[in-house]
Amino acid sequence: MPSRFLFLALVLGVSAAVTNFTPAVAQDRSIVVASTTSTQDSGLFGYLLPLFKAKAGIDVKVIAQGTGQALDTARRGDADVVFVHAKPQEEKFLAEGFGMKRFDVMYNDFVLIGPKSDPAGVRGKDIETALKAIQSKAAPFVSRGDKSGTHSAELALWKQAGIDIATAKGPWYREIGQGMGAALNTAAAMNGYVLADRGTWISFKNRGDLEIVVEGDKRLFNQYGVMLVNPEKFPSVKKELGQSFIDWLISAEGQAAIAGYKIDGQQLFFPNAEKKAS
Amino acid sequence: MSDQFSAWQLILNGDAALFAIVRLSLAVSLSAVALAALAGMPLGALLALTRFPGRSALVVVLNALMGLPPVVVGLAVYLLLSRSGPLGEMGILFTPSAMVIAQTILIAPIIAALTRQTVEDLWAEYRDELTAMDVSPAGRMTTLLWDARYSLLTALLAGFGRAAAEVGAVMIVGGNIDGFTRTMTTAVALETSKGNLPLAMGLGLVLVAIVLAINAAAWGTRVWSERQTG
Repeated sequence: MPSRFLFLALVLGVSAAVTNFTPAVAQDRSIVVASTTSTQDSGLFGYLLPLFKAKAGIDVKVIAQGTGQALDTARRGDADVVFVHAKPQEEKFLAEGFGMKRFDVMYNDFVLIGPKSDPAGVRGKDIETALKAIQSKAAPFVSRGDKSGTHSAELALWKQAGIDIATAKGPWYREIGQGMGAALNTAAAMNGYVLADRGTWISFKNRGDLEIVVEGDKRLFNQYGVMLVNPEKFPSVKKELGQSFIDWLISAEGQAAIAGYKIDGQQLFFPNAEKKAS
Repeated sequence: MSDQFSAWQLILNGDAALFAIVRLSLAVSLSAVALAALAGMPLGALLALTRFPGRSALVVVLNALMGLPPVVVGLAVYLLLSRSGPLGEMGILFTPSAMVIAQTILIAPIIAALTRQTVEDLWAEYRDELTAMDVSPAGRMTTLLWDARYSLLTALLAGFGRAAAEVGAVMIVGGNIDGFTRTMTTAVALETSKGNLPLAMGLGLVLVAIVLAINAAAWGTRVWSERQTG
């Protein structure tokens, strides 16, 4: 009869043997940072976090979501720090009392990506003219459609171009509801236009026939900010550890690290934290 | 994992990050299989051997639950484990434990439903004998589960296959955190979104190879143990 249970014991034993995870529970010096797909897909975190870990001994666990979703994750108390790029949404988050002080960290810019053949004829134009041309020619355009920072910026740009995208959109306007990389993959597959942050574009590998068609317009500025989630709302927030990550990001050392992240010699993000008076 | 490498180079070089990902995937999915088996097998056997009003409806529901969408299970577990949810105090959202819970919920119905069918079929064969020998209900259950063990291995493998292949649930409750909750499937999703399609495909093939190896090992165990017991 004992052999009868040998079989089940074997199955359970095998799984128990490989199950001893969570090695760092004893002394948990880690924080959860809700951030955006652009900071992860561009490889910035892969470069920054080991530097911070070496300096402070703190593990940073990054959940990469769109800005809107990242802020919602923090609103539920499931993150210690948010690191995103949509100032109006961030200010609303602060006004609701979910965040402590907001710090500027760095910027890059958005670029309009499109097929080399440029069917809407927008190359070199300013962003307003370009969007108007895309809409009037009904050229394929991929929208993130996920309330991310890039999506917010895109909606604001349509508005500035005098186009009410909610009524103007047709089959040419594809809302995919996914991250930056997925939007670029989709644009590459359908040879469409797409608004992207430069960092993700530079690091993106599956470009197909796409290239930058509009850049350098000052309306394409893309600011990143960081905030500690309010510990009064959620006592589980790791205040000290989270704040030390923020302090490092805006310190001279952290800022230099951000400036030092390059792909093929191109800098992806430009630090612009306020210099401390001390 | 460096982007310049292909998946095969990562394997050949014994890439530590890749092995950590493989190990986590296996640990999470095998744990889920073990827990789901502990719950699902007795439940399936019980359902096979008892008769009560509404039983047919329950069987239909159980069979339907085999089609639970991973992303829905993930969302439900997320809402439960979130700091704002009823179990938020546990603080296990975005950890491997949360991933095990989600996958257990996902595959317990698969194991229970397949066990129910297997045991019920075997019961039809054994009924007269077990009734004549006046075996207790608990004794019937263990006898049938034991004698059906090789068929039930397939139920476990079906559960494992589902757990190892899904991305929706572990992505939501694990968060795809580098070095902590990143599994084979979420790594494939991430590399795809980075436009790193060859590496993503390579990782996918590694996953398929591992699932194949585990199925081969299970088959080998079965053959070996059939020889032992004659």
